[in-house]
Amino acid sequence: MKSNVLRAGLLIAAVAAIVLLPAGCKRGGGDEILVGEYGSLTGTTATFGQSTNNAIQMAFDEINAAGGVLGKKVRVAVEDDQSKPEEAATAVTKLINQNHVVAMLGEVSSSRSLAAAPICQANGVPMISPSSTNPRVTQVGNYIFRVCFTDPFQAEVGARIAWEILKVKKVAILSDVRNDYSVGLQTFFRQHFKGYGGEVVAEQSYSEGDSDFRAQLTQIKSANPEAIYVPGYYTEVATIARQARELGITVPLIGGDGWDSPRLWEIGGEALNGCHFSNHYSVDDPSPAVQKFVADYRKRFNQVPDALAALGYDAARILADAMKRAGSPKGDKVRDALVQTKDFPGVTGTITINNERNAVKPAVVLKIENGKFVYVTTVKPTGT
Amino acid sequence: MKALVRAVALVAVLFVVSGLLTGSLIESVSISPYFLQVLCLAGINIILAVSLNLINGFTGQFSIGHAGFMAIGAYVSSFLSITFGDRIRGVVSFAPEAVQNSLLLLAVLAVGALCAGAAGFLVGVPSLRLRGDYLAIVTLGFGEIIRVFIVNIDAVGGARGLGGMPKLANFFWIYLFAAGTVAVVTRIVGSSFGRTLIAIREDEIAAEAMGVNTTRAKVLSFVVSSAMAGVAGGLFAHYLIYLHPNSFTFIRSFEIIIMIVIGGLGSITGSVLGAVLYITLTEGLRQFAQYRMVAFSLLLVILMIVRPQGILGHRELRHFLGKRRRASEPPPPAVAA
Amino acid sequence: MTTFLQQLVNGLSLGSIYALIALGYTMVYGVLRLINFAHGDVYMLGAYAGYYLSRKLKGSEPSLVGALLVMLGAMVFCAIIGIIIERFAYRPVRRAARLTLLITAIGVSLFIENAAQLVFGPDPKFFPSLAPRADFLVAGVRLTSEQLTVIAVSVILMILLRFFILKTRTGKAMRAVSFNLDAAKLMGISTDRIIAITFALGSALAAAAGVLIGMQIPKIDPLMGINYGLKAFVAAVLGGIGNVPGAVLGGLLIGTSEVMVVGYLSSTYRDAIAFGILILVLLLRPQGILGRAQKEKV
Repeated sequence: MKSNVLRAGLLIAAVAAIVLLPAGCKRGGGDEILVGEYGSLTGTTATFGQSTNNAIQMAFDEINAAGGVLGKKVRVAVEDDQSKPEEAATAVTKLINQNHVVAMLGEVSSSRSLAAAPICQANGVPMISPSSTNPRVTQVGNYIFRVCFTDPFQAEVGARIAWEILKVKKVAILSDVRNDYSVGLQTFFRQHFKGYGGEVVAEQSYSEGDSDFRAQLTQIKSANPEAIYVPGYYTEVATIARQARELGITVPLIGGDGWDSPRLWEIGGEALNGCHFSNHYSVDDPSPAVQKFVADYRKRFNQVPDALAALGYDAARILADAMKRAGSPKGDKVRDALVQTKDFPGVTGTITINNERNAVKPAVVLKIENGKFVYVTTVKPTGT
Repeated sequence: MKALVRAVALVAVLFVVSGLLTGSLIESVSISPYFLQVLCLAGINIILAVSLNLINGFTGQFSIGHAGFMAIGAYVSSFLSITFGDRIRGVVSFAPEAVQNSLLLLAVLAVGALCAGAAGFLVGVPSLRLRGDYLAIVTLGFGEIIRVFIVNIDAVGGARGLGGMPKLANFFWIYLFAAGTVAVVTRIVGSSFGRTLIAIREDEIAAEAMGVNTTRAKVLSFVVSSAMAGVAGGLFAHYLIYLHPNSFTFIRSFEIIIMIVIGGLGSITGSVLGAVLYITLTEGLRQFAQYRMVAFSLLLVILMIVRPQGILGHRELRHFLGKRRRASEPPPPAVAA
Repeated sequence: MTTFLQQLVNGLSLGSIYALIALGYTMVYGVLRLINFAHGDVYMLGAYAGYYLSRKLKGSEPSLVGALLVMLGAMVFCAIIGIIIERFAYRPVRRAARLTLLITAIGVSLFIENAAQLVFGPDPKFFPSLAPRADFLVAGVRLTSEQLTVIAVSVILMILLRFFILKTRTGKAMRAVSFNLDAAKLMGISTDRIIAITFALGSALAAAAGVLIGMQIPKIDPLMGINYGLKAFVAAVLGGIGNVPGAVLGGLLIGTSEVMVVGYLSSTYRDAIAFGILILVLLLRPQGILGRAQKEKV
């Protein structure tokens, strides 16, 4: 009886040994620095990953053209996580174990960053998230960084859009229960808005990937809100806007940086007119650094760069800068250098990384008008 | 006595092999972490395939909700090891760390398996009254319901995933349980209870007429099968250290079905073979990932048309090694309406 | 009250979609005793066919005629697909064990889903506007033109189907085949042809559902068939699998209950509702609401 087991074992070993010929291991060679990038190149948030990827490519091409980092060229190994957190974990594991990358760039979505961060932390690989805003991401460990603001602040901006710009007192919330970003934002929004004296008249939820929101919107409509806070990602938000208008809901929608995508208007169309959202940068920013970035990106990719691209660009450049300051691409040295990043001139603003490994930056408020994201105002974090 | 000696020998061999593979035995001898991961995933799949075969292949009940029980085992064991890990370890704080970890792993796996088995009971009792297609759909439904419930439980991260488990599972433990699963299922199938199951598969009404308590037998094999899936889930969780409900959809159930169908329903060796083949093909063809499922599904359809009994049909490895056993396996059934 | 009525309307329009898809399941099960897992994917293919066809019409004004043409085109396309699936995947195993059929159906379903991801790309696509938009306000309840179209077209198609099954010779032959395949053969009915026609009809209806859904919720993606297909299957079982009016009833019930649960309880249980109903039905009354209990003969 047990001989069956032994034979089974032999069978396994034999098959495994024969079939598992060394798969191509892409290692960083002696004259190259290999950086890993994981992102949603496909799936429900495909534009996030694609924009970030474009910008990172552009950033490193510029850096390599100027001589590289520490005399070596930087190469990026990219893995697609298909907009799924479990794939993010797999992608990062592969990049670390098979490709042996020295640092990791990613991800935009907080849920996916949270899936990957423990793996980077456990392996001592510094990870810089360009755009994940949920505070828990950098709390995973001292190797995890971000170059954007966090959700408590962003939600405050959202609440101020409602209270000060739109001047409404009654708001409904429609959030995505499946991702940390949305859940975090709506929690903090509620705190801030109530703190100002506002009232949350209805709360509904949906799941990322849903396409029919009529049931939730009908309930929201019956509560008569003056605005609806929809802190989700662009695909669902645009559909929500359309269906809301079809149901006769005319009040404006408010959102966060998850709205930022060229496809938002494509999907949502006129339903989005008059809606506001908080974001990391505005294409209309007259500063020369921003305009040069916008022009270069446009020339190369035939698209106006969104905030994800801008943050990806900054994240890549901060990583390179940290490596230079550390004098070495090794994980622990890069990590120490990253924490000391001060006043780095990014296209999304002047970036200083604080002790919590977050960046303290202002947010911009954008209004959607006929397919354009129009700059309204800048909000500085309290205390600056 | 012979069985005990064999068991100890197996454990020793496993210990040495795993030490060599991970480099913990001899410094310079090891395989790349990537290969190790593939081997370990293969081992987990072996447990899943063999346990599913018990209910699908040997008892002839078509269950496609196996991923749900795997999920229960994974989440229960993870929740325990995260929340109570230190306390459990504290019980044997005098022992070296390796022993502490082993004990923790065994403890959480046991509870996970128990819960999965209990779930198997709850699902099995009402469902196993149904036949064929209906049973398949109901088990599919239960698998999805389990997943939806997990998504809604915030304490285990819900839709955002669960992490933070200690990495307790490794090659040694995974293959120990794989070997154990194969041994247990082989034992069951060779016993008179196993013959009961096969009788149910061949003709349930005749078996009932012969005095077999078919409901009891079916539920029992379902419970055992689910418990083993729970063990696989627990090992999975403590190896990958990250869980997400999306890893336990019916797609995963289908993957396990593909494994046992390719290998041959009703053959334990076939399930092992199917599991190993599936994972090596999946990993080996990783750069063609998008074509992979297209190819697999096409293969499945062609297989059903051309050779529905899979590679090994009902035969076990011993058939090829010339050992004649008593007629404990029936001849392969005629493929009839 | 208006909220409730509004939700009812939402539920009816969703339920009509489920009903259209469920009809295909029920008809195929009726003649072949096979759960065609791939049916949901045919619905997806219908949606994509509609998408590409409507892009061909791009530039011209959205019009009712254009929408109809797109739908007809998609229906024809999927009818052909249905016939191909039956001929090459199901017919060779028609006489095999039930398990084999089930696995084949699963295989076909997986194949179509993954091939679609390859061919169309895994990212969602968005239907362009087809019919002219107009909203109606009735007793405080808002009916979009899309919802009205969905309900109207579904009703028309279902009436046509009923007429076909009850009043035509082919329909009679279909009923005969679903009653007893071998006896029908003995009566001189070309069962292969009838089965092919059944598949074609079911697939055409699914395609119509796909186009309608594309018009109502503009997002389509290669995996949309899984969710809708499964729920439509539950609807078919709820109404009594093999029973045509049952499929319609089941679809409307599932659609409405789903909307009510999402609206009044929580959206996270959206998918579990259908499965919960399924399990209840199978445990309490497996033949469904309108079905007849089947005795198993030895």
